[in-house]
Amino acid sequence: MKIELSGLRLPLGHFTLQVEATLTGRVTAIFGASGSGKTSLLELIAGLRQPAAGRVRLGDTVLTDVAAGKFVPPERRAVGYVPQEGALFPHLSVHGNLVFGLDRNRPPPPTLTYAHVTEVLEIAHLRDRRIGLLSGGEKQRVALGRALLASPQLLLLDEPLAGLDAPLRDRLLPVLARVRDEFAVPMLYVSHAVDEVMALCDDVVVLSAGQIEERGAPADVFVPSNERRYVRRRVGG
Amino acid sequence: MSDDAWQVTWFTVGVAALSTLLILPFGVALGWLLARRDWRGKSIVETLVALPLVIPPVATGLILLKLLGRRGPIGGWLENTFGWEIVFTWRGVVVATAVMSFPLLARTARVAFEGVSPRLEQVARTLGAGPWRVFAQVTLPLARRGLIAGVLLSFARALGEFGATIMVAGFIPGQTATLALSIYHSVQLGRDGEAMVLLAISVTIAFAAVWASEWFLRRKAP
Repeated sequence: MKIELSGLRLPLGHFTLQVEATLTGRVTAIFGASGSGKTSLLELIAGLRQPAAGRVRLGDTVLTDVAAGKFVPPERRAVGYVPQEGALFPHLSVHGNLVFGLDRNRPPPPTLTYAHVTEVLEIAHLRDRRIGLLSGGEKQRVALGRALLASPQLLLLDEPLAGLDAPLRDRLLPVLARVRDEFAVPMLYVSHAVDEVMALCDDVVVLSAGQIEERGAPADVFVPSNERRYVRRRVGG
Repeated sequence: MSDDAWQVTWFTVGVAALSTLLILPFGVALGWLLARRDWRGKSIVETLVALPLVIPPVATGLILLKLLGRRGPIGGWLENTFGWEIVFTWRGVVVATAVMSFPLLARTARVAFEGVSPRLEQVARTLGAGPWRVFAQVTLPLARRGLIAGVLLSFARALGEFGATIMVAGFIPGQTATLALSIYHSVQLGRDGEAMVLLAISVTIAFAAVWASEWFLRRKAP
């Protein structure tokens, strides 16, 4: 699935997000320091914000085209979005959350059935659990399952592991890798952790103050000299 | 308790319930608009809605009297179109209590909606839910505690309304006499015993309503 972002422009507080890119990777990392415009870019693609100018195209479908006055609302984009905090509905059970986006009129693709998704994410046993009783890692897996069960064409993950401690991150990375391999849903993966990008992504877009600073395969972008720079920037926030 | 006291009690509770029911959709809608949307004139509307809380209820009553009287712009139209008389009827009591308790409902609803994370609504949209489904299945259930508290609070306010009601509906025994008006009337006539019974009823109902409202607000979030 090809994602075309052309002439995309959105003024933010201190800078203007400006993106021109065609993304074709299975998992593309949007990498950059906090406040570089990563989340805003995801929101533009999800239709949660409207850009000042530009076009967003997913496969053959134009989702946003400012010049043509076209804007597909988020509920008709088939673009899944998992924000950093998971944003599970606290008044519903795990099951209630998971089935929220199920389209009862349309059977899911064979890989994205309820049974298979909950099995891969290891959340089947949590079915009747209340959201308040889930751990951080469980919340993220349920949020991911909920997004997948809505049968998205594209999945946007906003730092899904950022709030978790190191051992939990290490346990969840293979789960994310399995999600990538089993479901064949292309993903944009926002992160500022080099190890996550190296483990999961086949393409990296480095964002800095709203501009694409670098683009390429993780191994090429994070060459040792570069990596130090990015790691330093990450630590410095 | 005398038949009159029962009649006054049921009338008051009925009128308060009806006025709360009448303002419910508008209060919820306005609370949502104030919490979730930016629009021209928002601050003017906010101020207007708060006015009945701060200007003397009798003054609000006078404004309503001028608007709803037979020669008033709204009252004249209602009478000619539907044959409804408002002033000095039970309808006048409903309108007066509705106007006086509306600010409480709208403001509580606003706070309740502001407490719902917009992120949850956004995520619901990306899961295929249109704006109405998001409102019905995400926003409303998450704001419900605050909304119920607001309803109970405006019901309690309607129960005790005096100033605007006496202006718009007067004191007509058996027709517009609420608990508050009857207490005042009894004291005026030196019937302190009657007044004390009505006072006890008022305090009991109001206590129950306010206590329930607080209970809903304090209940732990899920």
